[in-house]
Amino acid sequence: MTIDWAALGSVFGVSLAVTVGLVVLFTLGIAGLSRRERAAAQGGSAALAAAGAYVCFAACAAAVAYGIHLIVAKG
Amino acid sequence: MESFSLILAIVVVTALAFDFTNGFHDTANAMATTISTGALRPKVAVALSAALNLVGAFLSVEVANTISKGLVDESGIRPEVIFAALVGAILWNLLTWLVGLPSSSSHALMGGLIGATVASAGFGAVHGDALVTKVLLPAVAAPVVAGVAALAGTRLSYVLGRRADGKAAEKGYRVGQIASAGLVSLAHGTNDAQKTMGVITLALVAGGAVAPDSDPPTWVILSAGLAIALGTYLGGWRIIRTMGKGLTDLAPQQGFAAQTSAATAILASSHLGFSLSTTHVVSGSVMGAGLGRKGGVVRWSTATRMLVAWALTLPAAALVGAGAEWLTGLGDWGTALVAVFLVASSAGIWLVSRRQVVDHTNVNEVEQPAGVVTTAIAAVTPPPTVSAASAAPADAEAGDPPVTFPAQATAPPAAATTEPTAPPAAAV
Repeated sequence: MTIDWAALGSVFGVSLAVTVGLVVLFTLGIAGLSRRERAAAQGGSAALAAAGAYVCFAACAAAVAYGIHLIVAKG
Repeated sequence: MESFSLILAIVVVTALAFDFTNGFHDTANAMATTISTGALRPKVAVALSAALNLVGAFLSVEVANTISKGLVDESGIRPEVIFAALVGAILWNLLTWLVGLPSSSSHALMGGLIGATVASAGFGAVHGDALVTKVLLPAVAAPVVAGVAALAGTRLSYVLGRRADGKAAEKGYRVGQIASAGLVSLAHGTNDAQKTMGVITLALVAGGAVAPDSDPPTWVILSAGLAIALGTYLGGWRIIRTMGKGLTDLAPQQGFAAQTSAATAILASSHLGFSLSTTHVVSGSVMGAGLGRKGGVVRWSTATRMLVAWALTLPAAALVGAGAEWLTGLGDWGTALVAVFLVASSAGIWLVSRRQVVDHTNVNEVEQPAGVVTTAIAAVTPPPTVSAASAAPADAEAGDPPVTFPAQATAPPAAATTEPTAPPAAAV
């Protein structure tokens, strides 16, 4: 009986890295939007925070697109 | 499709019935966290999941082509064997649904297949190695992998998102959850609808209706996709409640982290060739997300009952499958008897479920229905000692700012890690 430890290990590593990466990106994006919201409430603007937020969200969207690609490309 | 015998028709119908139970059994995997955190209204969530399941069913046929090969010898398998296997799988799915426990539909199907094959052709026809490497090991690995990822994700999201609040954050987490839940649904459609396609195709090959090594016919793809979508839409509300509310209390950030880790683990595993059960992955990620929040607590009593159900899935389905196969071996009346038994017990389980209805209106209420079977399982399962201790502070601390009782806040998870009946935590 051969257990494919390499495959298991890579599944573990990839899952952990991708999850953490995505959550971090997404949370940063949300933090950026919150900051803009706060700034707007005080009459200011936080263009940099907002731009950073959209970059983060774009990266997340790219990850989702890649996920869909993986699902579709299996066939 | 010339020689379409009666038994073959029965097998196809039973397989579609299994697909249907698979759908409503696994709605929870994709949508439980989305529903419990309020990101989507229950009905909308199941409709979205059903649509994506249907789409997923048409995306590829690779899983369908591999399901039959590997675990049991195809040669000499008769349609009756597949029928018996499906009976075992359906009954186990319905029973676990009745008690509201998420369990792997794939394991039920494999268990049924193994039991029926052993009863039909002896132990030699089952590949023991494949059983360990494809079923048992992934079942242990899945919740650990997804749980650790969700735990780390939740921790980080709370650290980084300290100052994320207000409307923008609320909306953001909602969108994020919907996106990741959608991915899980899509992946589920490609995997699970295809399992049924694989089984039907296997039966058609076994019955001589299609040539060996052929792809599933279009009508098989279509009907299997529709069956799983319909099941998903009806929603296994009992299991959704357990997964979304029973295991732990989830805030939107946690729901997002859980669903993201689940989607990632499912995709990574199926892409890297180490297939993990969706159910196990999602359960693990929900528990991980529960532990990731300060003061967050997993209800280990519920988790333990779930683990017992996982451990029982394969043998229970195998036992029913073997019994059914033995009966069908007695002749046509035996097959008829099994069919009657299947219909009667399904109806019985449904009737019992009507005593305490769980649907989209009360899916987010916490208390568990204490049905006959729940009590029976509770009696078999020794309740872990920490559960009472950990459940109490959970309620007290939910929503508390992290300052007040640091010692108490971290105590329950720490105590829980020493609990021997908690493999995900113990293995970390």
